[in-house]
Amino acid sequence: MISKALKAGKEKLCSSEGGQVQAMAQQKPVSKQNSKITNSLSWVIGGAQGSGVDSAANIFSRACAAGGLQVFGKREYYSNIKGEHSYFTVRVDEKPIRSSVDEINVLVSFDAETVFRHFDEVNKGGAIIYDSDVVGTTLDEVPTVDYYAAERIKKRLEERDLGITVKDALEYARLRGAVLYQIPYFQLLREFAEKVNDPSLSKFTRMVNVMALSASMSLMGFDRQVLADAIRFVFRAKKKIADLNVAAAMQTFEYAEKFDRAGFYYQLHTKPPDKDTIVVQGNQSSALGKMVAGCRFQTYYPITPASDDSEFLESNEILDINNAGSPSKGSTVVVQTEDEIAAITMAIGGALTGVRSATATSGPGFSLMAEALGWAGINEVPVVISLYQRAGPSTGLPTRHEQGDLHFAINAGHGEFPRIVIASGDIEESFYDTVKAFNFAEKYQMPVIHMLDKAIANSVMTCKMLDPAACIIERGQILQSIPASEQRGIAGNYLRFKLSDNPITPRIPLGTKDGIFWNTGDEHTEEGHITEDPEIRTKMMEKRMDKLDVALKEIPDNDKAVAYGNNDSTGITVISWGSTKGVVLDAIERFESQGIGIKFVQVRLLNPFPSKLIESMLEGTKVLVDIEMNYSGQLGQLVEQNLGRSIDYKIVKYNGRPMSLGEVYNALRRIIDGQIADNENRDRNGHASNGIPRRQVLKSGA
Amino acid sequence: MALKLADYKTEVHNDWCPGCGDFGILNSIQMALADMQIPNHRATIFSGIGCSGKTAHFIRTYGIHTLHGRVLPFAQGAKLANPSLEILAVGGDGDGLGIGAGHFVSAGRRNVDMVYMIFNNAVYGLTKGQASPTLKLGMKTKSLPQPNVNNSVNPIALAMVSGFTFLARGYAYDVRHLKDLIRKAVEHKGLAFIDVLQPCPTYNDINTKEWFQGADNIDPHTGKTMPRTYKLEDTGYDGVVHNPDEINAKMGQVIEKSNEWGDRIPIGVFYQNEHVPTYIERIAARIPNYVEYPPAIQKIADEDGKPVTNIDSLLNELRVDKSG
Repeated sequence: MISKALKAGKEKLCSSEGGQVQAMAQQKPVSKQNSKITNSLSWVIGGAQGSGVDSAANIFSRACAAGGLQVFGKREYYSNIKGEHSYFTVRVDEKPIRSSVDEINVLVSFDAETVFRHFDEVNKGGAIIYDSDVVGTTLDEVPTVDYYAAERIKKRLEERDLGITVKDALEYARLRGAVLYQIPYFQLLREFAEKVNDPSLSKFTRMVNVMALSASMSLMGFDRQVLADAIRFVFRAKKKIADLNVAAAMQTFEYAEKFDRAGFYYQLHTKPPDKDTIVVQGNQSSALGKMVAGCRFQTYYPITPASDDSEFLESNEILDINNAGSPSKGSTVVVQTEDEIAAITMAIGGALTGVRSATATSGPGFSLMAEALGWAGINEVPVVISLYQRAGPSTGLPTRHEQGDLHFAINAGHGEFPRIVIASGDIEESFYDTVKAFNFAEKYQMPVIHMLDKAIANSVMTCKMLDPAACIIERGQILQSIPASEQRGIAGNYLRFKLSDNPITPRIPLGTKDGIFWNTGDEHTEEGHITEDPEIRTKMMEKRMDKLDVALKEIPDNDKAVAYGNNDSTGITVISWGSTKGVVLDAIERFESQGIGIKFVQVRLLNPFPSKLIESMLEGTKVLVDIEMNYSGQLGQLVEQNLGRSIDYKIVKYNGRPMSLGEVYNALRRIIDGQIADNENRDRNGHASNGIPRRQVLKSGA
Repeated sequence: MALKLADYKTEVHNDWCPGCGDFGILNSIQMALADMQIPNHRATIFSGIGCSGKTAHFIRTYGIHTLHGRVLPFAQGAKLANPSLEILAVGGDGDGLGIGAGHFVSAGRRNVDMVYMIFNNAVYGLTKGQASPTLKLGMKTKSLPQPNVNNSVNPIALAMVSGFTFLARGYAYDVRHLKDLIRKAVEHKGLAFIDVLQPCPTYNDINTKEWFQGADNIDPHTGKTMPRTYKLEDTGYDGVVHNPDEINAKMGQVIEKSNEWGDRIPIGVFYQNEHVPTYIERIAARIPNYVEYPPAIQKIADEDGKPVTNIDSLLNELRVDKSG
């Protein structure tokens, strides 16, 4: 039964399931005076993998940020080296943004496939920049458009009785209100080659990405000097290439200045940037955190999307050290191992010497680490695992996004042992959380799994300058020398795992005088020798597991969960974890502007589960909505299991593409409208029974 | 005060089977440590899983009994984080050449300055005698339901092609000879491998102590038993690469000698090549103060817990306002 309210809602709203995209997320209404939207848009550049889509998007992000604007960008790509379609979406605004949207305001292309993949996402008043040489290309001539995508595209074109050429796709967009701008890239390149008196045209074709980007900037009235500076910055390592790119960009910029802007809404106006703003990529922030945290040993086996973390550390392996009295240079030793089993065991071996040690991986690699995780658990070794989730199971969608590993991170490994699992909500958080991950690992002497994901790793955003001075390093109990008064065991053995009221016993780095102990994957005695004694076994299990209680007591509330917003008027609370934070915050902000208050509880500590705190945050909640990038709603299950409180609605997604603002907004809207219409009609448990689906599956994304 | 053999023993009850070859190996290790006067706390024994895995608990040094097959990455991690530690990794043949074979090969490529010993008895003893990777094809040891259907791996040749720079074979009951091999291996610059022939009295009823010592191998002239093992050094064999030009020739003789099996089984140093840079030297070439200031001893925070790492240059790269 669909309630009247829902029906009414359906008329008002687009359906996220139907793939119909509507300009829900448009930030500002078009002013009737000049039909222009300034400094608020969604820009997309697409092209074959390897053709410079990333560089162009980096230049764009950099330029906008240098022009005083806020950016949020995300990269989508296939598991492929060259040729498959990749694209980069960047949202620009004057206020901070944290999510992406479905609609495209400016689509920048220099190949046929980008037009085919995205023509129906460009909104009224938006623009498509395309290569005049590809208009005759038919869909069938683009081998990288697979059968399923091609069928969908054909169907879409058929709606308007159109054929299957790029020209048809462009016509579709034009009928929807998009403005088309063609660029004769080849001709411009030929002219450019003549101008610089270099006939090797083929090498210049690599600059077509920058030309396309530049045309879009010109169209939006962007400051050409700021653009030129951004190009020089991105190519700063190669001055000659930078010069060529700037020259080619400026030529295209001038070409595009002649475009007729009638019907095109968007413009970008620069202003002086805030001094403390940075543009940071998600694959750098946690690595920067590791440097500050003092992680000096990292191991890894190559895997998307985690490798960048290790490569960034290795690229910057020599570190400046502030402190007088110690050497002025430190270093991070980064080891590429033969597999993830070696990665985790080598990291543990390193940790035994006292160094802060980590490994970075994704789901398939983490699966291989499960056994060693238990070894670190039973031997109370601090080690940090940066788990950059991607879509599983198995190889899954290796370059796409998912939050499917929460239960696995909490439960990986046989037997029972303590671990801490934390999850960062965005790039900025991931920097500070990384430092905390090492603190937790050392204070509680256990593995810490720091959950990140593809959406964070492959996104870029403006944020406040990261502040190392705001970080604190807590090393927990570690002894560099053993007091003579230390109570010893049989044969004078040092008792590494001494049983007492305090479950946390000092760690000793290998090589320390008078501190000899043993480790074993077997159950152990106080000095670390193998035992199968039932009494010792019981006590050692309790010693290890009790540390979780200590952790739960000591970890500050802000690191456990954060509540945003106020739901006094509606009683609706959204609960989520990880990178969905951005899209949820942006969605509730929009509801707030309409006078609808929604609370958002972002869970940051997933194990041990901060039940009490979350319970208090859920006080007054009538409707609990779980939003997650996975099939089953794994956090929701944890809430149900730990709090004994059921989830009223689930909004989930598992197609590999991050949730867009529009679809989250719409899914919540549906729940809200149903609730308001049907507030009286509740079932025995007090849950709304209004026919609103208990579980909505989001499906947007190309 | 000089360290004695007894100083390297622990009080832990040793539950290996009576007559196990492991006892000889354990003694050799302890003798070598005493010989070299290595302070107990400066050494760490890493061990794998299986009977040999218990070795770590019987030696009074730091002892890290790891996971099945993973002893090498654990040990390399510790050595790379603190190159001043003396690291000895031990394990069984199933541990190192079956489940851990990938790590064995990769360790060779790195040439981390440490020692790895395999207690090679051709069976999985602790799980009741299944065939290990070093059991010869067609052999049927006591508890096998059928003769071994797999061919055996040649540990020394595998170590060589993987890049180990010191290759030796010892015999568990020739304790003094094995002790000398361990000493040479520790003193070698680079990754050293010792394949130790270790009779398993319970499950390997073919390659027994008596078999190695030639109880069935009677000299027809003298009527005396002829031990199967013989020392390479007694034959004038020289495995040391004195000059990089000799590498191929020296490797060739390793293949030939390590394939010898049956009535004559060579023990001793097969190969030694110190011309290959160690992993530690390779890192030090990039990080100049790595050896003196390795990860394990770096200061990361001041007395108040403030981080001392200065990442300003990296953060400034990210700054959008270049004017400041």
